[in-house]
Amino acid sequence: MAQASGKSAGKSFLSRFGVHLAVFFFVALWTIPTLGILVSSLRDKDQIIASGWWNSFSGSVQTEAGRLPPGNTAVERDGKYVLEGNIFEEPGAREVKAFGLRSAAPTEHPAGTVADLGDGVTLQIDPDGSFVHTFPAASDDTRGRRVYYSASTPPRFTTENYRNVLFAEGIGRSFINSLTVTIPATVIPILIAAFAAYALAWMRFPGRALLIAVVIGLLVVPLQMALIPLLQLYNGVALFFGVPSKTYLGIWLAHTGFGLPFAIYLLRSYMAGLPRELMESARIDGASDFEIFIKIVLPLSFPVLASFAIFQFLWVWNDLLVAMVFLGSGTDQLVLTGRLNALLGSRGGDWEILTTSAFVTIIVPLIVFFSLQRYFVRGLLAGSVKGG
Amino acid sequence: MAGQIFSAILVIVVGVGGCVAYFWGANKLLDLIFPSRGVSGMTAVNNLRRQGLIRPWLFIGPALIILLVYLIYPVIQTLWLSFHDRSGENFVGFGNYVWAFGDREFRNSILNNLLWLLVVPAACTFLGLVIAVLTDKIWWGTIAKSLIFLPLAISFVGASVIWKFIYEYRGDGQVQIGLLNAVVQFFGGQPQVWISLPFWNSFFLMAILIWIQTGFAMVILSAALRGIPEETIEAAVIDGANPFQIFWKIMVPQIWGTIAVVWTTITILVLKVFDIVLTMTNGQWNSQVLANLMFDWMFRGGGDFGRGATIAVIIMIAVLPIMIWNIRQANRETGGH
Repeated sequence: MAQASGKSAGKSFLSRFGVHLAVFFFVALWTIPTLGILVSSLRDKDQIIASGWWNSFSGSVQTEAGRLPPGNTAVERDGKYVLEGNIFEEPGAREVKAFGLRSAAPTEHPAGTVADLGDGVTLQIDPDGSFVHTFPAASDDTRGRRVYYSASTPPRFTTENYRNVLFAEGIGRSFINSLTVTIPATVIPILIAAFAAYALAWMRFPGRALLIAVVIGLLVVPLQMALIPLLQLYNGVALFFGVPSKTYLGIWLAHTGFGLPFAIYLLRSYMAGLPRELMESARIDGASDFEIFIKIVLPLSFPVLASFAIFQFLWVWNDLLVAMVFLGSGTDQLVLTGRLNALLGSRGGDWEILTTSAFVTIIVPLIVFFSLQRYFVRGLLAGSVKGG
Repeated sequence: MAGQIFSAILVIVVGVGGCVAYFWGANKLLDLIFPSRGVSGMTAVNNLRRQGLIRPWLFIGPALIILLVYLIYPVIQTLWLSFHDRSGENFVGFGNYVWAFGDREFRNSILNNLLWLLVVPAACTFLGLVIAVLTDKIWWGTIAKSLIFLPLAISFVGASVIWKFIYEYRGDGQVQIGLLNAVVQFFGGQPQVWISLPFWNSFFLMAILIWIQTGFAMVILSAALRGIPEETIEAAVIDGANPFQIFWKIMVPQIWGTIAVVWTTITILVLKVFDIVLTMTNGQWNSQVLANLMFDWMFRGGGDFGRGATIAVIIMIAVLPIMIWNIRQANRETGGH
């Protein structure tokens, strides 16, 4: 392009810088949300609520309460009674910023200063957590004084959340359930659609144009139109044969049905674009339609089969509606999306559970997506640009 | 658990094996009944013709049966149910439709759906187009596109958790751990419970879908932009057009068809949006939409299939113009084939 012609270098530099900046802004806007749950899922659960995840590398300050040892255990030294020790169970990891003796003013005194508690009683807490508590005379206190302090905590990252959600919150089991639903629901429609697509692309029979129109029409039929009758049908079949109405077989077939129009449409438009000479020379050599399909068309259609497989896999894995209608909500059938939805209700504010579960849910699609992006984009372009 | 994996693998083997066996067996059977080899010339020709008549239906049969059971029959049945009461037995005429338009929640859903339809396709298409144009100009454009494209792989439920975390509100005096409230606070504003603000909460839900779908618009439009002949842009540059004029007057008109496709695709998606509303608000605080309302009526109080079906039909009616346009478009393209 002749972009730079007639323009000063300065202006061109500025506008190019602006483009970089604008793209950077969009990329940040689009990645930060996901980054947020990834970082949070690795944080300690107390830290998640103590500071925003964007501060997770700089540590957090938490205000806590503790109790000093009883006053009557103080030992006499230089005419005073002194109590010494450390308020932390594991000294060294944290740092006291300030302390106080009333819950209304928990950070009244900066760390390292001596607080006068009246009647000659003093307390000093140093940044490392060690304290010196002195009494002018022997104390008969047996409970120990309550103290408040704010302490900084170094950033703590952990994989404990993952262990927790995978084994205690049922995400692990749901992961298996999702795989159980997704793989057959991806494989079955491919074969059925491939034969139908070949027939619609290369075989002559009455009603073919009508069938193609029907498939394209069904492409946009909202799923909602199918739910109630199929639910009735499944209940009826279950009642008649005395089997449960919510089964894996049921959802495999449902996903097959809902994915079929797109599969046939995508495969047909690809197969129709294959060179006619190829089929004709094979037919002259005496090959039947079946042989042409298996030996020529199917291998050549690999890219589009891969595209559809990725689409269907992502769509089934990410689906919530079909799973909620056709699968039960028991542990043995709840898929990841359903489980995540249930957790949103039952563990509303427990972000360590929610962010970790969400990340487990999206990790498989992200891997599939990144490793097979080429096929995905190709399918997207073929599926939407050609016919809509 | 291991048994479940085993049975899933078994099903794949049986299912795929069954499909292969069907197609292969049916084909073989056809050859046996109407042999074309080893018979006299006239019979062979006749049999070949008969094979040609039957074989397409063998190929297309399984797909046709599944489409009939899982899509065509349900569509008709849903229409029929929408004129019947909750049990699906007593005819009520247009009773359900009359109920719907008198129902406050339904009217609220229609209003919200209209809002979604106005905002989401427009925002996705516009942002997608802008990002496609910008990323085409820089060396790291491919990486940028990949990252913006990425949310498309994330489920609506997963995206809802991601954004719920961003909209998180914590009471006075607590640290705001939601990014949006932290930013608002940083600029001196007052933190809000974003998803329960009537009217505006819909926009916060729309942001999620826009975040997911912009990548789709971007990829399709980016491919279309590459197809624009460079001479048209060069000519405009020589004529002294500025970048904005080139964008609006040279590039956009040439990819008008693709923009329409992106727009309609996202429109259909918006009409069916369900997961986001269910997980974020479940229709509370006036954020209800049709698809979620329909799901609600399917199970509310034991389920009212008549009303559920009525809402499904109304969604279907909204999709109908796009469906007709699609079929006409496709017929024009495949015309002679």
